Amino acid sequence: MNQILNWIAAHQEMAYIVILMIFVGIEIIGKVPSVLHTPLMSGANAIHGVVIIGAIIVMGQAEEGNAIALVLGFLAVILGTLNVVGGFVVTDRMLEMFKKKK
Amino acid sequence: MELNLLVFCYLLGSVTFIVGLKMLSNPVSARNGNLVAAAGMFVAILGTIFLYEDEGKKLGNYGWIFSALVIGTVIGTLMAKRVKMTAMPEMVSLFNGMGGACAALISVIEFRHLMHGYDPATYASNGYSFFSSLDGTTMLIIFLGLIIGSVSFSGSMIAWGKLNGKIKDFAFKGQHIINLVILLLNVAIAAFIIIARPEETPLFFYAIILLSILYGVFFVLPIGGADMPVVISLLNSFTGVAAACGGFLYDNKVMLTGGILVGAAGTLLTMLMCKAMNRSLSNVLIGSFGGGNAAAGAAGPQGGTYKEISLSDAAVVMSYANKVMIVPGYGLAVAQAQHICHELEKTLEAKGVEVKYAIHPVAGRMPGHMNVLLAEADVSYEKLLEMELANEEFKSTDVVLILGANDVVNPAAKSDPSSPIYGMPILEVEQAKHVIVNKRSMKPGYAGIENQLFFQPKTSMLFGDAKKALQDLLAEVRSI
Repeated sequence: MNQILNWIAAHQEMAYIVILMIFVGIEIIGKVPSVLHTPLMSGANAIHGVVIIGAIIVMGQAEEGNAIALVLGFLAVILGTLNVVGGFVVTDRMLEMFKKKK
Repeated sequence: MELNLLVFCYLLGSVTFIVGLKMLSNPVSARNGNLVAAAGMFVAILGTIFLYEDEGKKLGNYGWIFSALVIGTVIGTLMAKRVKMTAMPEMVSLFNGMGGACAALISVIEFRHLMHGYDPATYASNGYSFFSSLDGTTMLIIFLGLIIGSVSFSGSMIAWGKLNGKIKDFAFKGQHIINLVILLLNVAIAAFIIIARPEETPLFFYAIILLSILYGVFFVLPIGGADMPVVISLLNSFTGVAAACGGFLYDNKVMLTGGILVGAAGTLLTMLMCKAMNRSLSNVLIGSFGGGNAAAGAAGPQGGTYKEISLSDAAVVMSYANKVMIVPGYGLAVAQAQHICHELEKTLEAKGVEVKYAIHPVAGRMPGHMNVLLAEADVSYEKLLEMELANEEFKSTDVVLILGANDVVNPAAKSDPSSPIYGMPILEVEQAKHVIVNKRSMKPGYAGIENQLFFQPKTSMLFGDAKKALQDLLAEVRSI
């Protein structure tokens, strides 16, 4: 029990962020019209592409000789980029259709 | 100074994610919301590359990083731009899988890193305290990222395959038990590694990867194609959580914010999608159509006789109506008849007929499918009525024209408890004076069941491919 409390105390900023983000996420989605469900899902998909930052860090820290880390890191960055770029472009295409016509 | 600038970049990124997502929930600001989030992401990525420091060391391997970024950008943009509008949900699934795989790979690399300086002998002699050794918590986070990322990856790949028709629904007896076993085994192995630190840890690690991938596959395999958007939304939130795990690992606030935001928002969105279909999430995940069909078969189709209507009669009844409601469905999308439909609408309106569209939340293959289809044909979006509004107007409607929609107008959802669609809210078209149904044949729709609407006295069938039927109908209407 003590150990759990210690861990949370040592990482309290993260605990706050997690809890607050959960509330924010739920609040935002509250009143979405069903027509926007899919573009919203696509936008959220692009946002979780932020995982690419982890891939960049890993790739950037890989030492010269560590071939496996370099190759895997390279692959990870490509995959992360696909998520981010593909995600935002697809979302934009879906939303293009919602332009108001004159 | 540079480190503070990076903190600012991450803060900016986090704010744009929140603001962007908020803007995405409103039709007017949605497009800009997407751009805002993209801009924030861009800043966070550039900031990381140039400003990130760990113990005074900046990131290296710029050549590799930039080439990977360029490759990913080129491929991602090409794929996203080239794909047909109707293939959008599969792309969302595909890119979601990429994100999951990215998270999993990060875990693999970090695990190898961690194992590098590790000696089982010294750990055992220090006692097995979980939290007091940083290794334990780090390992837990790595495993979470790995398992969730891998499940999301394989599940999303299967969902992608299902939506583009390459993979069929596949269910076998006892598969839910098997899947549960796989999951428990996975968790057990992970716990075992964290606590006991055996010699064969690398082997067990690869076992976890395999089990996770398998779990993802079996999780999605039995679920019907119409339920895929719900599953994709769920997997979307999984990947968000996997990204958040990366955030814990690197004490990276922007990954944490983005990840948890998507995890929470995605979960709620999934539940909202289920509500729109009036089915519970567990119902969807068990692949209910697999179980429901037997019951529907037993209840038996009542069938009966249906009336056909000729093109000229249909044209007359529509041209002299006061109000016409069009109910678009998957058939319209398949026939790519949305432009002709718009032409028909304009021609009728020129004759003084009020024309509106009734959009059921799950018409087509994804929520918003019909809206996107009709928007592509320049149909003004004020004419598109959501289900509740449409249902109020049917009683004052003279003619309902159903274009390739089936289950969303099936009265069995209200009256037949044994029907697989029972309880789903539908468009109450029977309240109108006339109902004209355009389909290619009398074959059942997605749910695979009979639709009593077709045999009711107010209904007549207008058979044919939606595009051809509408073209012919338009010609007739113009000649009146």
